[in-house]
Amino acid sequence: MSQKPTSDVLNRRRFLGAAGLSAAGLAGGGAMLPSLAAKAGEAAKPDPAITEIQDWNRYLGDGVDKRPYGMPSKFEKDVIRRDVSWLTASPESSVNFTPLHALDGIITPSGVCFERHHGGVAEIDPAMHRLMIHGLVEKPLVFTMDDIKRMPRVNKIYFLECAANSGMEWRGAQLNGCQFTHGMIHNVMYTGVTLKTLLEQAGVKPNAKWLLLEGADSAGMDRSLPLEKALDDVMIAYAMNGEALRPENGYPLRAVIPGWQGNLWVKWLRRIEVGDMPWQTREETSKYTDLMPDGRARKHTFVMDAKSVITSPSPQAPLKFKGRNVLTGIAWSGRGTVKRVDVSMDGGRNWYEARIDGPVLNKSIVRFYVDFDWNGEELMLQSRAIDETGYVQPTKAELRKIRGVNSVYHNNGIQTWLVHPDGVTENVEIA
Amino acid sequence: MSKSLKALAGLAAVAVLALPLAQATAEHKAGHKVAKASANATVKEQVAVPAWPQAPAQLGLGRVALPEEIAAWDIDVRPDGQGLPPGHGTAKEGDALFQEKCSTCHGEFGEGVGRYPVLSGGQGTLKADRPDKTIGSYWPDATTVYDYVRHAMPFGNARSLSNDEIYALTAYLLNMNDVIKDQDFELNQDNLAKVKMPNADGFYEDDRETAEKAFWNKNPCMKDCRPAPKVTGRAIAVDVTPDEKAGPKVD
Repeated sequence: MSQKPTSDVLNRRRFLGAAGLSAAGLAGGGAMLPSLAAKAGEAAKPDPAITEIQDWNRYLGDGVDKRPYGMPSKFEKDVIRRDVSWLTASPESSVNFTPLHALDGIITPSGVCFERHHGGVAEIDPAMHRLMIHGLVEKPLVFTMDDIKRMPRVNKIYFLECAANSGMEWRGAQLNGCQFTHGMIHNVMYTGVTLKTLLEQAGVKPNAKWLLLEGADSAGMDRSLPLEKALDDVMIAYAMNGEALRPENGYPLRAVIPGWQGNLWVKWLRRIEVGDMPWQTREETSKYTDLMPDGRARKHTFVMDAKSVITSPSPQAPLKFKGRNVLTGIAWSGRGTVKRVDVSMDGGRNWYEARIDGPVLNKSIVRFYVDFDWNGEELMLQSRAIDETGYVQPTKAELRKIRGVNSVYHNNGIQTWLVHPDGVTENVEIA
Repeated sequence: MSKSLKALAGLAAVAVLALPLAQATAEHKAGHKVAKASANATVKEQVAVPAWPQAPAQLGLGRVALPEEIAAWDIDVRPDGQGLPPGHGTAKEGDALFQEKCSTCHGEFGEGVGRYPVLSGGQGTLKADRPDKTIGSYWPDATTVYDYVRHAMPFGNARSLSNDEIYALTAYLLNMNDVIKDQDFELNQDNLAKVKMPNADGFYEDDRETAEKAFWNKNPCMKDCRPAPKVTGRAIAVDVTPDEKAGPKVD
């Protein structure tokens, strides 16, 4: 670990530059805030944004034939997925991160929903896609996409969180930005059919207890799912946010396993086998098992516990102004709805209830806000989610006390952001 | 307007009236006096909104999967051996195959190249500060090796190995991990599921609801909850946020 102040400053600059923030104010460090504050107070000089006629006010813009499928404004070009190349051996079996620091509300735009593949993105012709259900059923069946779209549909909004989200932070603060520490999550509206509907067509035999879900990609991802969950709320979806799934999110068909770790949400789903015991696939033995301090490991840790993060301010979204500011973030729980989010500005000494705004849905992200005044004092920001079961998001220290630092998955510990007097915000651990 | 369009428009009008304006329709049909005089509930019961016929559980969609189709896709293998195909192979045969098809990424002995997965060694390290989780040190079932290689390996050329080749490679990997001692031992569909792995008993069911019961707390502290915190770690000091080539691993 390097503690040299010079490399710290360099790294901070490079990172903020990469994240697409205006370097002008930040390079000057503490100089930024006073100058901005002064500007706000000045009214002597007329504002050219008002007094000069702008191009967009004079010339014609694009016609309706120019953007058959629209993209965000060019001024939002930095709101993109990012990856961390050192995390994995190859980009085809890897992960990227949702730009949480730049989003608001509860719905993740499809184009920036984080990706996790094990054999790259399968590009599947939907006319060639089949879903097979077999095993302990009365009648093994094959469905085309057309068959599935003729079945009764449901629409639901759910979060999908990778079991490894925040996994790099088990041993301490590693990555400087909530995109990287918390961005293996997205929250979209799915359209599809219930798995119950599909299983009813095949007729599940009484001795059935588990299902195997398998993808059509080159990783042939296969995982065991308890029948009880399958009949409860699992969906087989072909649309997200109103349009067909994106290829990177499983086009043309994926599993939706509400509240449970993302790995189970098998993409490019082509086969469901019904059986009476788990298959013990690689993804539920070698991976997605949680090593504990005694050398044994938890298995079948399906549920994602209550969690939250302040998305702004955060390292990629520093405070720019004294006076009035908006703190915002997201909270979620795999055990049900989020009941409350508390926010602390002094590292957990004192807490205040944040304002949740927007839909509060079962196993979905909720959005919270704190409207506050800031006078340039140092802040240690934290958020704490509480769900409808009464589960309170723990601190990282509380988690480590039970689990140690080698469980890889399920890190839902409270995140701390240190806000400096110049507004620069960094990922820290506190004790 | 064509006849059929008119018919559709009529249907739409009925639908609009029937659904959100059920009560208004009821009042209209029953006459205002009656509606005023009798309880609303009674009127609603009298003029029931016709419900759409419910779709039966059996939708008549899909077709029966043929045995050849199930055989083509049903390639999974369970710990009890269900799904193992006929075939056999030895570690000695697997060695040659492994060097040709696997060692570029996994090393000659499964020790791993660069950041590619380490497949052998690490036994006895699961309580260590930096555990080495390999097939031999961590995986509970030998069948998983067969299932995973059959589904996904070699990386970039999946489904290219024959059943015998997968038995041979599985034998080699178990041999590299000292699970199978004899290079000439023939692994097959009858004995693979009987191979006992060193960490077979190393796993237990999710126990968070009991082991972490304290996290369910009706009255979490709100005021003066702790002494003034001190910063003990900083991400910018670790210096591994994007563009850096060295850093911790994530599974």
